[in-house]
Parts: sequence; C-alpha cells; structure tokens
Amino acid sequence: MHRRGVGAGAIAKKKLAEAKYKERGTVLAEDQIVQMSKQLDMFKSHLEEFASKHKQEIRKSSQFRVQFQEMCATIGVDPLASGKGFWSEMLGVGDFYYELGVQIIEVCLALKHRNGGLITLDELHHRVLKGRGKYAQDVSQDDLVRAIKKLKVMGNGFGMIPVGGSYLVQSVPAELNMDHTVVLQLAEKKGYVTVSEIKDSLKWENERASHVLDHLLKEGLAWLDSQASGEPQYWLPALFSELTSRDVTPEEANQMSP
Amino acid sequence: MDRFSWTNGLLEINETLVIQQTGVRLYDGDDKAKLDVGIALLSTHRLIWRDSKNHDCCISMPLSQIIFFEEQAAGIGKSAKIVIHLHPASANKEQGPYQNSKFSFIKLSFKEHGQIEFFRRLNEEMIHKRWESTPASQPIPTGVGSQAGRTRAVGIVGIERKIEERRKETDKNISEAFEDLSKLMVKAKEMVELSKSIANKIKDKQGDITEDETIRFKSYLLSMGIANPVTRETHGSGTHYHMQLAKQLGDMLQAPLEERGGMMALSEVYCLVNRARGMELLSPEDLLNACKMFESLKLPLRLRVFDSGVMVVQLQSHSEEEMIASALDNVTDKGSLTAEEFAKLLGLSVLLSKERLLLAEKMGHLCRDDSVEGLRFYPNLF
Repeated sequence: MHRRGVGAGAIAKKKLAEAKYKERGTVLAEDQIVQMSKQLDMFKSHLEEFASKHKQEIRKSSQFRVQFQEMCATIGVDPLASGKGFWSEMLGVGDFYYELGVQIIEVCLALKHRNGGLITLDELHHRVLKGRGKYAQDVSQDDLVRAIKKLKVMGNGFGMIPVGGSYLVQSVPAELNMDHTVVLQLAEKKGYVTVSEIKDSLKWENERASHVLDHLLKEGLAWLDSQASGEPQYWLPALFSELTSRDVTPEEANQMSP
Repeated sequence: MDRFSWTNGLLEINETLVIQQTGVRLYDGDDKAKLDVGIALLSTHRLIWRDSKNHDCCISMPLSQIIFFEEQAAGIGKSAKIVIHLHPASANKEQGPYQNSKFSFIKLSFKEHGQIEFFRRLNEEMIHKRWESTPASQPIPTGVGSQAGRTRAVGIVGIERKIEERRKETDKNISEAFEDLSKLMVKAKEMVELSKSIANKIKDKQGDITEDETIRFKSYLLSMGIANPVTRETHGSGTHYHMQLAKQLGDMLQAPLEERGGMMALSEVYCLVNRARGMELLSPEDLLNACKMFESLKLPLRLRVFDSGVMVVQLQSHSEEEMIASALDNVTDKGSLTAEEFAKLLGLSVLLSKERLLLAEKMGHLCRDDSVEGLRFYPNLF
C-alpha cells in the first residue's frame, strides 16, 4: 500500500520507529485510537441496551440520578458536558438538566430586581417546581445543584454560598468574599442583621462591619431599614421573601419597575 | 373533619382504588386533626385515610362531599397541602372521629410529597364523578344480577398487597438498574483509561498522529464526556459538532442581537437557543465551545469576556469605540447615569449596560461616584 507524497526514506524511518516500539511492546497511539473507535461502538450498544431497560429510572427517580452522577464522577466522566454526548443522547439526562438550567436562569432573572441576585435554594426549588406545572417531572435540590454547576461555565456569576444548613444561590457576578458570606450566614435566622449583632457575634470593629454592609447595599443584596426601633436593620430580601411577602410570580415581577 | 365516618377499609363493589400516598396528616380546617400521620387513599367513590401504625383506625368520606379543592404550596418547614372544601354532612352520616367541627374544610398535608400526583388524580375523579354512574354497594356474597359470583369484594388488604408487590417490583427494577449501571460504568472506566493512555502517547509523541486522527480522538472524548487529558479543556473546541453549531448560531443570533443593541449575555443566548430547540438541547459547554470558534470560522459574531467574568456574544459590527462613544454621549446628555437608567435608555439588560459603562470608565471617558445609593457614572472631566 502506497502513501502518496511520502518518500521512501520517510517510510523506512517510520517502519523503523514502528518496529522499535513493537519490540518494546508499546502500542502506537494511532492504533489505540482505532481500538478506541471499536470500543466506543461497543460501549454505545451497551448504553443503548441499558437505556432501553432503564431510561425510565433516570426520568422518574432523583435518587437514581444522584447515584448515576456520582458514579460518573468517580470514573472521570461528565455526562452533562455535551448535548452530543452518548449519555445525553441515549439516556436523555442532558435535556433534563439543560432545560432545568434555562428555568433556573429565568427564575433568578425575574427576581433579581428584588433580591439583588441572591436567592435561597429552597425558594429557587419552590419556584422552579411551580413554573414546571402540575404534570412535570419532579425535581430535587440535588438536580438543581448539578444544573447550577453547569451554568457556571457561562460566566454569569452563578455560585452557591453555604448558609444555615442549605445554600444561597448567587446569580450575578457580585464579588462576595468571606466577610460577606459570614454576615449572610449571620442574617439567615431573622432575615436581617444589625451592626451591633455583627460586632457581638463576630467581634469585628465598626468599620469592618459597615464596610461589608455597605457593599451588600450597593450590590442590591441588602435593604436598609433606618426607621427600625433601636438601630438600623439591614434586611436581605433573599432570606425574608417566604416569611412575609405575598407570592409574586415571575410574570408579575417582570412588570414591576426595577 | 366531621364529614368522615369510621370504616372497615374494604372497598365496595365497583369501587376501585385510584391512588394512595403515605405520610399524610389530616387537618380539621387549619388545626391538626387529633390523628397521627397515615396513608391517604383515593378511590373512585371515597377519600379514605388510615393510620400507618394502627390499621383499625380507618375513616372515609364520600367524594360527593367535596365542593372544590386547591393546592397550598409548601413553605419553610411546612409540607405542601391539598385544601378540600366540603358540603355539610348528610343527616344519616355514620359516626366518625369528630362529632362536629367548626370548619367546612379539611387539609391533607403531604409530609412525604406525592401531592402533585394525588391532586391530579383527585381532579380526574372529581371531573368524571364515577361514583354517580357506578353506585357502590356493600359486598353481597352471592353476587349481583347477571354477574353473579364474578365480582368480589376486594379488601384494602388485597389492594395493599398488590401495591406492595408493585413496590417490590419497582425496588427490584431499581436495584437491577443499579446493577446494570455498575456494569456499564466498568466499561466506561475502561474507555477513560484508554483515552488517558492515548493522550499520554500524543504528548510523548509515540507514534505519528495526523490532524484528522486528533479531531477524531477529540470527538470520541466528546461522546464519552471525558475531559481532554492533554489540554484539560473540556474536549470541546475543534470538533466538527462545534463548528456546525457555531455556524447555526451565526445565522440564528443575527436578528436577536440587532434587537438588543448588538450584545447578549451568554446565559441569555443559552436560554434563547434552548427554548427555540425544545429538544436535543445544548449544554452550557457546547454553547461556549461553539462561540469560541466564531473568529476562526470568520463569522460576524464574537465571544467576549469582560473583566468581571461576564461573557457576551456581540455582533462584530458593534465595535468597541462605537459602544464607548455611545456610552459617553448618553452620560453627557443626561449629566450622569446609573446602570439601571442606562439600561432603560438603550433597552439593554442591566448587566450589559453596566459592563459598557465600566468599559468606558476603563478607557478614561467616564468616572464613577460610588455610594450606598448606587453606582453612578459621570463624564470624566479630569
């Protein structure tokens, strides 16, 4: 078999290199790529078989999804990396999470004017479920967390802040360092925090506390109630929305002036 | 709660079980009923509730008692509920756990979820009102009419057993699924190892890999969801799939971009594109990797990353100078602008209008006034 345009010398050199490798028992990369192609086809048919038997489990059971994701992570496979991946195409995992991503973005966008881009995972879960309607598949908080992890890659500031046993989901690229996070955690119980509370619990000086609170105000994450009895209270809409206010749909929220 | 009567739990002839749900607590109006958590069963004729631990404690109510019902969403520390409004009890109603109640409604609290499906089925039964067309009667040993001997009373116990079997079957299915999944993962792991080996060889140049083979290798990684071990990039850029995508996006995004001042956040594009597709959605990485190819494919779009990390797709025709000039013009015109005001002026999102102002500031054309009342930009007179 001839390869056009390759001189006899080059062929000889290559044959020599091949022989050397084969001697050492090493398989060449290009041979392995051929091998991989074959194995891939086999894997694809195994996956097809699996899908035909168990596709429903993935759809119905969030517990199964968790297990599935963890197994993939253990072996170094990301089933959600691409819509073109086998996992996504054959098991339908992709569409489930990518659509969830769209719903998450839309909920966060609709509420941003009110909470500055910070929302509890509970509230996000609640609103996503509501938006999906009565007959849609159930969605667990683990599902949301995974979808959010994927959204991060688009540079829109998605992140999760651990607070009070659960998480706050951040959806704007506001800079929140450890100080901000710790104040958010402090505010979680009552939905608001005061300078004195910060000084008492965290033992900070005035300037440090004020600096953090000012930043939260500027980013629209906190609202100032200067008429509160005693000292001014800094409220975090992300935390108090479920306790007091009337439920606002994303459509209504859109119509409200920012 | 005074609409309920004690019952033995046996279903009657022509009565069929529709759905059951564990973990349900009853409420008399807004107050918790003096019953524990139990199982709610919906049949074609009745709403039945039974204590989980004490099976003798079983009550039921005809569905005809129901006027209407609605969902009550879950809250912090509160389960989702279905609120059911009831007609007054009929005079010959059999005795139940409550003699009378000041409330005309009850609630079912779903502590183990399941409210969505229960609500749906209840809705169906209330629409079809099957109890009217097939009146149930107490089981008669000799059977009824021409169907003598064929219809039998089926006790709750029988139904329960069936459901238990089905649950065991489901459990079996799940454990079978897990078993099959483990086997599948073993094979997948082999693929991962193989790809690592290949990647190492490519690095060490053990063999003569053509460009074509590299592209093929990358597409294998893409199919398996394996990160490219060589570049650590998520196996994306450079595959034919992403090239195709990039071209599709080039066509699809022209009009939306024009409408939005020439720029859209990547997450906006993600929502737009996936909503349009409906199925076979793009992953965030697919989108990102496709956008990275705009320049090399000479498409009239560009992916741009701002200092803040915000990523946008912009029309190439919208040059940087134009954006900065327009920002400066608008700010000068109004004296000063915040990101929100600018957004309203241009019909842009607040996120993007802020980036433009920041950009103009970076270039020295604007300066900021940063206070707790917000970030405001002024023309730079320095």
